Amino acid sequence: MADQGHDGAGGPLIEAGLLQDILGSALRTGGEFAEVFVEDRRSTSAILDDGRVEELTSGRDRGAGIRVVVGETTGFAHTADVTPAGLRSAAEAAAAAARSGGDGVSEVILSPGDGPPPAVVEVIPGDVPKARKVALVQEADAAARDEGGAITQVMVRYGDSQRRIQVANSDGLLVGDRQIRTMFSVSCVATGDTGMQTGRESVGHTVGFELFDRIAVDDLARRAARRAITKLDAVPAPSGEMPVVVGPGGGGVLFHEACGHGLEADLVAKSASVFAGRRGERVAAPEVTLVDDGTMVDEWGRYAIDDEGRPARRNVLIEDGVLTDYMWDWLRARREGRNSSGNGRRQNYRCLPMVRMTNTYLAGGDADPEAIVAGTDRGVYVAQLGGGQVNTATGDFVFGMTEAYLIEDGRLGAPIRDGNLIGNGPEVLINIDAIAGDFAMGSPGTCGKDGQGVPVGDGTPTLRVSRLTVGGTAA
Amino acid sequence: MPDLLAIADRVAGWAADGEQVEAVVVHEREVEVRAYEGQVESLTAAESQGLGVRVVRDGRQGFAYAGTLDGDALAEVLAEARDNAVFATPDEHAGLAIPDKVPVLDLDLFRAELVDHPMDDKVAMALELEHLTAQADPRISGVESADYSDVVSETAVVTTTGIRATTRETGCCLMVSALAEEHGETQTGFGFSLGRQPDELDVERAATDAAIRATRMLGSAKPPSERLTVVLDPWVCAQFLGIVGGTLSGEMVLKGRSLFADRLGEDVAAPGVTLIDDPTDPAAFTATATDGEGLATRRNVLVDSGRLDQFVHNSWTARRCGTSSTGSAVRGYSTTPGVGVQAVSLLPGREDPADLIAAIDDGVLLQSVTGLHSGVNPVSGDFSTGAEGLRIRNGELAEPLREFTVGSTIQRMLLDVTGIGNDLEWQPMSAAGVTLVIGELTVSGA
Repeated sequence: MADQGHDGAGGPLIEAGLLQDILGSALRTGGEFAEVFVEDRRSTSAILDDGRVEELTSGRDRGAGIRVVVGETTGFAHTADVTPAGLRSAAEAAAAAARSGGDGVSEVILSPGDGPPPAVVEVIPGDVPKARKVALVQEADAAARDEGGAITQVMVRYGDSQRRIQVANSDGLLVGDRQIRTMFSVSCVATGDTGMQTGRESVGHTVGFELFDRIAVDDLARRAARRAITKLDAVPAPSGEMPVVVGPGGGGVLFHEACGHGLEADLVAKSASVFAGRRGERVAAPEVTLVDDGTMVDEWGRYAIDDEGRPARRNVLIEDGVLTDYMWDWLRARREGRNSSGNGRRQNYRCLPMVRMTNTYLAGGDADPEAIVAGTDRGVYVAQLGGGQVNTATGDFVFGMTEAYLIEDGRLGAPIRDGNLIGNGPEVLINIDAIAGDFAMGSPGTCGKDGQGVPVGDGTPTLRVSRLTVGGTAA
Repeated sequence: MPDLLAIADRVAGWAADGEQVEAVVVHEREVEVRAYEGQVESLTAAESQGLGVRVVRDGRQGFAYAGTLDGDALAEVLAEARDNAVFATPDEHAGLAIPDKVPVLDLDLFRAELVDHPMDDKVAMALELEHLTAQADPRISGVESADYSDVVSETAVVTTTGIRATTRETGCCLMVSALAEEHGETQTGFGFSLGRQPDELDVERAATDAAIRATRMLGSAKPPSERLTVVLDPWVCAQFLGIVGGTLSGEMVLKGRSLFADRLGEDVAAPGVTLIDDPTDPAAFTATATDGEGLATRRNVLVDSGRLDQFVHNSWTARRCGTSSTGSAVRGYSTTPGVGVQAVSLLPGREDPADLIAAIDDGVLLQSVTGLHSGVNPVSGDFSTGAEGLRIRNGELAEPLREFTVGSTIQRMLLDVTGIGNDLEWQPMSAAGVTLVIGELTVSGA
């Protein structure tokens, strides 16, 4: 069933008639394209820290962003005032910003459209009593502290958000979506003779409060606590190039940085990517098939439509080692005379959309994960990654290890202290020499680009890179 | 422009008997112009506003916010904050800031010249920035982004405990990222310029810096792994100081997450290191006359000649630690006040950066670092970051290096400071940097 900018509970955020008027105002100075993006976001968070329920926060953000495109120029204005007068004034500001001086066609006919339906949510978090959310963070705190006296601090965070969006543009598009996300995280500090260490676990899905029918927060808390305790025995990480095995789930961050950003069409168009001009070429080991999939049910980077109103899609980026396509938003796709790949996203109505990833994953291979470790004489096994960063123009990228072990004579050895690994995207893709069949999705992430953060997911099976630089302090 | 103080007064005036109410009201106007290939790629002109309300009753705190100042929303936010307070664990130290008689200084942070500055001129600056960068060197192959941006922000904080503060600030910034290419290899470099009003911006310098930083990396290679003397340039130094500042937050200390928690009065850094957090320094891009709770900001010496002197506090952490607020509450309207440094810098040394480098036989100058969020653990102190820069040989800058990391611990790095430059410069963040020499770090490369 099509969603026409409605959500299950209410009507459209803004009536179609008014949106038509606003688009007309936006085009009055000669714009070729105009778009109104409306957003209404409600969120709740509960934080327990230092043994106390420290705060419960409720937030509401609502507003509209209006863009007008003339030639190569985009004018953009946003407003928290969604009355007809407020919207009209933002439309005029956007039109003035993209001023062309000409007289434009100012009539727009919207055809409420056939976008995909919003994700099905069983329990709307906003309908759940606050006391139940508070009980969850208390339960997790108790479970983490039960892991032993070494646990000296625990912070637990519960968060939910309901984001309703509506997109109308001068091509006549009018669609909407409702995106509900629920997350939970536990961060522990363990203290021992060697100082303090940290352990964190988080889970997040594009689902409602039913998340807690599927996961047990006390298990999550115990894992975070055990991670911190394990690291009390950590030795300094080695330094220099060596084989690196990344465990199931975590390795998605590696691909997100090693090539994901470099496959975003806005960076490619500016030649700010080492992958520019390489479509159809072999860019990775033949076992590598990399997919970005905004339709993955329940995953953190999932949505029905992107923030330009285009349906989310499953896009194969690298197939059997060959670069098949980049990711596209509407603007970049228009310049190339093709369709958006459904990757036009923005942090909120105050931001212009850009090309962004959704859920990025490496398809499983057929190696045995234990055999991969057993076949590695000396190296590092990374069980949990902690984010990363890339310079897309050079391809150099880093990613952090927040739980990792030495590999010695084909066996896991001592845990090692936190640090970064550094590599070059195109080289690392070629140097992947083993991929196992134990695919898993990783923890929910927030991807930052140009100051905007959006929720993303990632996943991989166990894999090995034959050579990566481990940035430790041990010789 | 809405009257922010009147709105905050109104909300605080709705406080019921037995409860404390704090209203924080923010209004911002922003312009951002991005130039690309001689044209305006995008121009954003926007206004945003919001209200955050804290309610404290019987030692329980609740918070709510809304990104609007619509009449109906004000009462809804207060009601929601009141409801949220019911679920908090009682805390005898909970409560709002109380006026402390420290005078709020007039820092001249608001300039009508920026508000009145014509848009055409802002557009022209972005275009000129792109043009000058592209022309700066024949090896510049493109300009990834060339931005002019400015912001006019106003804040009002009113509490039932007697706080009634307003601030007005303007700021503008040029930021450019250049691409350099030679023999099929691409490198990047950035440049910036900061000001309170557009005529303080130096377009030429931003363009030149970006071009130099990009072109000098051409031909770079991965270094071998070894221990070396490392020089942080002011940009990298400021990022390091931001991390150190984070470990000196009173909240980190009292919650057992600071590696310096038990070390007040001890030597934690080399004797030449004096670390100051001074948001009243108008030269700081993040200078502000009042903090997130409406108290006057002040100059706080955190490390004095190597000795750990104090932590920074907001009202709540100060009460819990039996001390007074250092005016260091940091927040937006959508969060409760945290604690943090707001404008941190080192007391500059006497030496020119060139002299510091001339004294190094074998080392590395870092011009940028990546992955500070993923490779630095501010609780354990483990420090590992991706880096690029130039080799130093016999006191001179030599070949460019990339795809390596530098590693140590925050504790060691502070003790290993062997040189502090006289080139203090505020950066587009809440910190200034100087050329800083660290005696030994592990360089991990090939």
